[in-house]
Amino acid sequence: MNAHSVDLEAAVASPMARGAGLHGTRPLRPYGRGLAALLVAALLPLGGCSIEPWVKPYDRERLADPIMKPARDTLAEKHHEHIYDVREGARGATGVQGGGCGCN
Amino acid sequence: MAAIDPAARTAARLRYAVPGALRTAMGLASRLAGLLGGLLATGHAAAADLPEDRADLMYHSYTGGGVTATGPALLVRKSIDDAFSLSASYYVDSVSNASIDVVTTASPYHERRTERAAGLDYVYHDALISVAGSNSKEPDYTADSASLDVAQDVFGGMTTVNLGYSRGWDTVGKHGDPAFSDTANHWQYRAGLTQILTPRWLASANLEVVSDAGYLGSPYRAARVFGAAVPETDPRTRSSRALAVRAVGSIGTDSAVRASYRYFWDTWDIRANTVEVGYSQYLQQQRWLVDGYARYYKQSHASFYSNNFTTQLTYMSRNRQLSTFDSVGLGVKGTYSALKVAAHYEIKLNGALERLRFQYSDFTDIRTGRDYSFDATVLELYVSATF
Repeated sequence: MNAHSVDLEAAVASPMARGAGLHGTRPLRPYGRGLAALLVAALLPLGGCSIEPWVKPYDRERLADPIMKPARDTLAEKHHEHIYDVREGARGATGVQGGGCGCN
Repeated sequence: MAAIDPAARTAARLRYAVPGALRTAMGLASRLAGLLGGLLATGHAAAADLPEDRADLMYHSYTGGGVTATGPALLVRKSIDDAFSLSASYYVDSVSNASIDVVTTASPYHERRTERAAGLDYVYHDALISVAGSNSKEPDYTADSASLDVAQDVFGGMTTVNLGYSRGWDTVGKHGDPAFSDTANHWQYRAGLTQILTPRWLASANLEVVSDAGYLGSPYRAARVFGAAVPETDPRTRSSRALAVRAVGSIGTDSAVRASYRYFWDTWDIRANTVEVGYSQYLQQQRWLVDGYARYYKQSHASFYSNNFTTQLTYMSRNRQLSTFDSVGLGVKGTYSALKVAAHYEIKLNGALERLRFQYSDFTDIRTGRDYSFDATVLELYVSATF
C-alpha cells in the first residue's frame, strides 16, 4: 500500500533535492512531501470500502470523444513542450512525456 | 470485491498449506492484498486501453527573436496482439540562431538537432505500463533518456492513477574547444490522478519533481559585471516542483471547454504560474474539429540572475530564461477528416498556428538600453492516420 508513497518520498528526498542547498541556492521546503502524503492519505480510506462508480461505463461516451483530450497529437504536443522548455524557467507536470532536449 | 484480486486468492490458498509462524505474516500480507484489492478491484469492469495505432508526419516551424527552428517529425505506433504497442519517432530541428544573446556576444550559427525515440506500452488488466527511451543529438550536446510510467484505472475506471520516473544523461561540449566536456544528469518523478466527475466533466492533478546535477548552463553565454562580459556560472544542482490541475468539460452536443493552472517552484528561487484556457468545436458533422486557446505564463527570476551585476558572486547568470518575464500565447488548430472508413482507418489533415509574445522585466537589449521583448510564431502542419 505504500508503493506510491515510497516513490514520492524517494523523489522528495533524492540526493539532488537534499544537496541543492549546499551550492548557494535555497533548499526547498517539503511541500512535495506534504502533497505526496495528502495524495496517499486521500486514496487509502477509499481502498477499504466499496464506492460504486457514479458514472456508469455506458454514460462515458462523451468523455471518450477525442474532443475531450487536450493532448490529442503526441508530435504536436512534443513540439510545443520543447518550445516552452527552451524559453521558460518552469518545467514539468504537463502530462507530455519529453525526452532529452539539450535545452541549455 | 477483494475476491477477484489474485493476490488475495493466493494468500488465502497458502494459509491452509503453510501453518505456524508464517501464518501471521501471511495474514498481514492477505490484509494488505485485500486493502490493495479493494482499491483496484472496482476497476475490473473496464480494462485499460492501448494507445491507438497511428502514423503522423509533421512539418514544424518556430520563428521569433532571431531564431528559426524548422524540421520534419515522424511518429509510428503499432500494436502487437492486444497487450503490446510499439512506437518509434524521429524529430529534426534545423536551427538558425541569431538571437539577442548570440548577436550581442557571438556570431550567428546554424545547427541541427535530431531526436530518436522508441517506446513499448503494455496493458495488464487495468494498468497501462509504458517504457520509453530517447536519444537527442546536436553537434555540441547529446542527451539520452529512459522512462517508466504506469497508469492504473481504479474505481471501475472512474479514476486513473499515474506514476512515472525518467532518467536523463547529457553530455555537453563546446564548439571550437575540444578540451571542454561536461555532463548533466536528470531525475524526474511524476504522480497524477485523473477523475471522472460527471458524464461530461473530467479533472486531473499532476505533480512532477525534477532534480538535475552537473553542467546546467551554457558555455557560450556571458553574464555582465559592471557592464563587462564574463562567462556565466550556474549552480551544478537544481531541484524543482510543478503542480498542475486541469478540468475539461463537454458543452452542448459538439464542443468542449478546458482550463488548467500550474504552479512551479525550484531551488533557484524561480516561481512561475501558468494558466491556459481552450475551446474545441466540431463542425460539419464532425468533419472539422477546431480548437482555440490562450496561455499566460509569468515567472520571477533566479536568485543568481542579474541584468548587470554590481558585485562579483560565485554564481552569476544573464540567461533570460532565468529572468523575470511573462509570455502570452494565442493559438488555433484545425483538424479535417479527409478520409474515413469506419472501423478500418481515418486520415486527418491538421494545421496549428500559435502566436507568442515574450516581455522581459529585467533583461535589457544592451543595444538600446530598453527592456527586451519579442514575438514568435509557431506553425505545425501534419497528416495523421489511425488504423
